[in-house]
Amino acid sequence: MGTNADDLQLIEEFKKNPIGHHSPDLQRLLNRFRSVPMENKYCLVVIKPNREWQLAKTSGKPGVALKLLQKKFTSQSEAEWYVFRKRWKNLTGEILKP
Amino acid sequence: MKITAYADRTSVAPDETINFMVNCNAKEFKADFVKLICGDMNPDGPGYQEKVIRTKATGTYPGRKQTIYAGSFVQIEDNEKFNHLESFTLKAFIWPTTPNKGHQTIIGNWSEKDQNGMSLDISPNNNGLMLTIGSGSDKVQYVVSGKPFLEREWYFVAATYNADTKRITLIQEPLHSHAKIRDRSIKNEKAKFITPPKSNRRITIGAQFKRTDKGRTVCQNYFNGKIDSPLIAARALTANQIEQLKTGYDKIRMSNDVVAAWDFSTDISSLKISDISGNNIHGKVVNMPVKAMTGWNWDGEEMNWKHAPKQYGAIHFHDDDVHDAGWEIDVSLRVPKTLKSGLYAIRLRAGKDLTDEDYVPFAVLPPRGKVTADICFILPTATYMAYANEHMGTDSPIAQLLGGRLVEHERQDLYRNEHREYGASCYDTHTDGSGVCYSSRLRPILNMRPKYKSWLGGKGSTLWQFNADTHITNWLEAQGYNYDVITDEELHHDGVSALEKYRVVLSSSHPEYHSKEMWDAMSTYQKGGGRLMYLGANGWYWRIAFHQEAEGVLEVRRAEGGIRGWEAQTGEYYHSFTGEYGGLWRRNGRAPQKIVGTGFTAQGFDISSYYKRNPDSFKKPVKWIMNGVKDDELIGNFGLIGGGAAGLELDRADTKLGTHPDAYVLASSEDHTDLYLVVCEELLINYPGLGGQENRLVRADLVFYETDQGGGVFSTSSIAWPGSLSHNNYDNNVSKITKNVLDRFVGESPLLD
Repeated sequence: MGTNADDLQLIEEFKKNPIGHHSPDLQRLLNRFRSVPMENKYCLVVIKPNREWQLAKTSGKPGVALKLLQKKFTSQSEAEWYVFRKRWKNLTGEILKP
Repeated sequence: MKITAYADRTSVAPDETINFMVNCNAKEFKADFVKLICGDMNPDGPGYQEKVIRTKATGTYPGRKQTIYAGSFVQIEDNEKFNHLESFTLKAFIWPTTPNKGHQTIIGNWSEKDQNGMSLDISPNNNGLMLTIGSGSDKVQYVVSGKPFLEREWYFVAATYNADTKRITLIQEPLHSHAKIRDRSIKNEKAKFITPPKSNRRITIGAQFKRTDKGRTVCQNYFNGKIDSPLIAARALTANQIEQLKTGYDKIRMSNDVVAAWDFSTDISSLKISDISGNNIHGKVVNMPVKAMTGWNWDGEEMNWKHAPKQYGAIHFHDDDVHDAGWEIDVSLRVPKTLKSGLYAIRLRAGKDLTDEDYVPFAVLPPRGKVTADICFILPTATYMAYANEHMGTDSPIAQLLGGRLVEHERQDLYRNEHREYGASCYDTHTDGSGVCYSSRLRPILNMRPKYKSWLGGKGSTLWQFNADTHITNWLEAQGYNYDVITDEELHHDGVSALEKYRVVLSSSHPEYHSKEMWDAMSTYQKGGGRLMYLGANGWYWRIAFHQEAEGVLEVRRAEGGIRGWEAQTGEYYHSFTGEYGGLWRRNGRAPQKIVGTGFTAQGFDISSYYKRNPDSFKKPVKWIMNGVKDDELIGNFGLIGGGAAGLELDRADTKLGTHPDAYVLASSEDHTDLYLVVCEELLINYPGLGGQENRLVRADLVFYETDQGGGVFSTSSIAWPGSLSHNNYDNNVSKITKNVLDRFVGESPLLD
């Protein structure tokens, strides 16, 4: 399955502006991505306020620690794009270029 | 976190003492006191600002571990009658919410250490009701019904032991009528041991005694669910008497057989538990299980427990209830007589290079009976308590949907996630899924801290509640205003006298929770010529009650409307603390528009927007508010909270809900994202187009109106407003408007030109 023109448009739209106003199609996709259950759900841990974040996953079990992953980011947009690509791959099997 | 702490109060006047209880895993910790100016760590803003003050309590203290024991139960006073029970009957109605969780105690005086006493429980694998009876480690007998309990169904449960016949009877009788569910059981067994059980342990209900720790009772096997009408008799009641108990306790017919019959429907608003048997073997609740709950006999005909208390004889116990952490005092500060009223905190540092840190903020009040400024800032401690230790970021799948981005966690969030014994907020549910309707400040509240970000706070600084409110103190300091700080508890306890000497009262960014006393105090202040600047939104929204005996505990019943993390069960809308109808003030005949001109209309948590001036802002009587703002200038299209002054939660004017008919709607926000949605109390029929791009109910209205005797109200109607004050070194139109209003409000001039 290849990425079609409509998909590419959504991907580009997200990459350009991951947080804020979105087209209805992109919003539907993001709602799907962001509503997944809490078990192994991506999230961020603040390392330096507004400057550095570390990727993590919630356990989905109250009382059980988050799992810290190696990946760190220096902007929220970068983190959003990274997780978007992970979620896109889970949904479509396709790997998006960074 | 190596160090966490709380205080015994959130406000203190000069020459009074505030105590701090510290849990520290390091050998020692350093305690400093600071004046908090700005808690925002965002390097794109004004920067974190605190000022160390010298006190006699400043210094290094030994560290020690202090523990919170979560889980609620009833503790009955020691009484000789329980120590020599030979024959007995234990009885209760129960409504288990997690029967499959494991071993849960209904009532008993079992001693784990001595393997002695009696205990009526849900058996460890939900094999139904279980009686444990023992008189020593090799003399313990378990009798199990073998019929698993259903969740959230009422059962009559009882166990009898006849020391003469050595006969044990166990009764589990469902009150539900599900076809083909066979969970009724009557078990008869011969007691294996001749020695009757004896125990000097006190009776507990809803959990099993484990040990004591510095005077605190520590339990195990916490019960989740409701228990109603527990009773202990000093003999094995007859089958006929047991039958009578199924329809309620009749003191006359039970004669002298009953040692104690606890009626949870009496003293509902108290911590006290009353024995109505005549023996007066009373008790108390520990960790605030929920009272005024519908009981086994509630028939749905009455919704107010005060009208039919006998149908509200249930208490709902939770294994994660917390009231008073009960830690010992580590640091005491006698507030210097000359310390100016303001926002302060103890700063605690421990560990290697003192890198582990916690703060406990508190307000220093003006000296009792005095004010030391014309301006009063009300720290909304009731709202902070309602959100105390909220877990949505780690627990709720909707957090990312609401925020429109990945949730950011702080170290406090990680700690709180792993230490559930620190208790939950009124936005969370208990482990059994029931809503958290009580919240206490007598425990570390790790999301009420400077330097802390909250996932709810909007893109940018991402502040919410306490730390967001330091944008207000920061602005006041930067502009050189002299101000006092008081808290919601002064408003509640002292009424209008807490406000009446101030020219101007400033709200926080989010004063959401109000008791009737607080509401009345503000209303009276306004009627007496008081001037209020409401610098936020979603204010005066939920009705709360403070406990009338226990310090620092509030109650909120999420009744029939509003944005709710959970909903109160039908029949449980009335506060147990006061008997008042809970829920939204709007559903209590006092919509927020009646007290601040605007009320909650929409929310979203990604990015904020701006306001545009309305024709009202050009009208001669009020155009002074816009001095320095151009006619076509967008207001607040900048800021640290979501990048705009109109964001997060938004209020609108609405005369149908009580906005003053002559109110000026000076400006309104627009162009919110579609993550901003109309609040659910507006939705009688759900319909498409509720998002910020389409629906005009998604807006913040900047409103001004006059009140009696020269008073006035100015409402910004947006939680994000204070986050824009510091933009461009405080030279911006949000700051200008706020200053125009504050200066006029402080002054002697009439409010309309």
